[in-house]
Amino acid sequence: MNDIWAGIQAAFELIITFDADLVEITLRSLQVSLSALVIASAIALPIGTWLAIRRFRYRRATIATLNALMGLPPVVVGLIVYLLLSRSGPFGVMGLLFTPTAMIIAQVIIITPLIASITHQAMRELWAEYHDLLISLNTSNRQRILTLIWDGRRALLTAALAGFGRAIGEVGAIMIVGGNIDHATRVLTTAIALETGKGDFALALGLGFVLIALALLVNFAIHALSRTEREGRW
Amino acid sequence: MSVSLLDVQVKRRGKAILGPINLDLGATGFTIVLGPNGAGKTTLLKVLHGVERVSGGTVHWSVSDTEARQAQAYVFQSPIMLRRSVRENLAYPLRLLKLDKADIAMRVTDWAQRIGLGDALDRPAPRLSGGERQKLALGRALIRNPKVLFLDEPCANLDGRSTREIEALLLDAHTAGTRIIMTTHDLGQARRLASDVVFMLNGGLHEQGPASDFFVAAQTAEAQAFLNGDIV
Repeated sequence: MNDIWAGIQAAFELIITFDADLVEITLRSLQVSLSALVIASAIALPIGTWLAIRRFRYRRATIATLNALMGLPPVVVGLIVYLLLSRSGPFGVMGLLFTPTAMIIAQVIIITPLIASITHQAMRELWAEYHDLLISLNTSNRQRILTLIWDGRRALLTAALAGFGRAIGEVGAIMIVGGNIDHATRVLTTAIALETGKGDFALALGLGFVLIALALLVNFAIHALSRTEREGRW
Repeated sequence: MSVSLLDVQVKRRGKAILGPINLDLGATGFTIVLGPNGAGKTTLLKVLHGVERVSGGTVHWSVSDTEARQAQAYVFQSPIMLRRSVRENLAYPLRLLKLDKADIAMRVTDWAQRIGLGDALDRPAPRLSGGERQKLALGRALIRNPKVLFLDEPCANLDGRSTREIEALLLDAHTAGTRIIMTTHDLGQARRLASDVVFMLNGGLHEQGPASDFFVAAQTAEAQAFLNGDIV
């Protein structure tokens, strides 16, 4: 119990004093995970929707694979991205290893299948509802996808938030490809891992509470912006 | 534009659900498709509209297929509402054609008035009543000024007043030159609206003719029985 109290105290102190390091780490966490979220959503929302409206030969296998990829172990993703970006790897010349960009790439790979899979589930239902009308109106595939994404945006928000939750709390991959370098690639989760390793539980817990508060804040902010649960079912 | 079906057949899992059927429909008129459940009325409408896969035979419109599809509209038995406002629902078919915004806004206001939803433009469409929904679906179908309008039992589950409003809209559209092909189970409605009748039975075309002849003296025993309210 002492550790937890000390943690709360440490968190309180860090926040009240507006600790420069904490602010930097928090902003970097947000920057990395929100960038990953935007990129992953741009890829996953159309793909998930496309999967819901198209019938093709290996559709079931594709969806099963996608669902399996939701459980992709971050450490393995980190390892593979590391190998690709390392000096001797195929993309080594770009010098991306141990930069926030590398961390964003790893997180995009981790959360894209998750967002695409949840999108597919939500869009399937909406497509069943709209199917006859959109076929009858002779819409193109592009028009169908855009219509479904727009009208199903509330459900897609859930998909995006799930992706964000996985990204912001993820530590295995960004530790490997980012390297947890102070003032360069240190984020909340890697800092917590480091402080725990050093035995500074108070600071680690403090960072932990900041992380949870951050996740809550982003969720509330997005819900407030998109006004879910205010205009009824749609 | 007129259409002719030649030996059209629709099979699902080896079972014939329509045809083989030969049918000619002229460029004008108000055709009512009658027949008991499972006679293939909806399938026929979907074949004509081009959204049902045909297993055999040909559907031939007097214009090219793409042109024909653009000039058609379809109203479903249970109206499909986009999860948007009434205004957006009406605008949607026009948006797909990438029309000018001012033009879209004008036509939307006009049609909202015509279907009696002028005051409800900003209401969410899924929350309208059953009658309002069907009127909105009809308005959305007519807003493109289709040459051919298909309706699959548009007045099922509607009360007298809503049915009358829908029928008035249909007659207006017909007068304005839209060719209408509609299924119904309401014989009174068929008598009020039809200029000619297609009577379907067991997936085939059983009898076809002008409404004046069909309702007075149907040629086949089955059609007579159907009109008398017997179960065929």
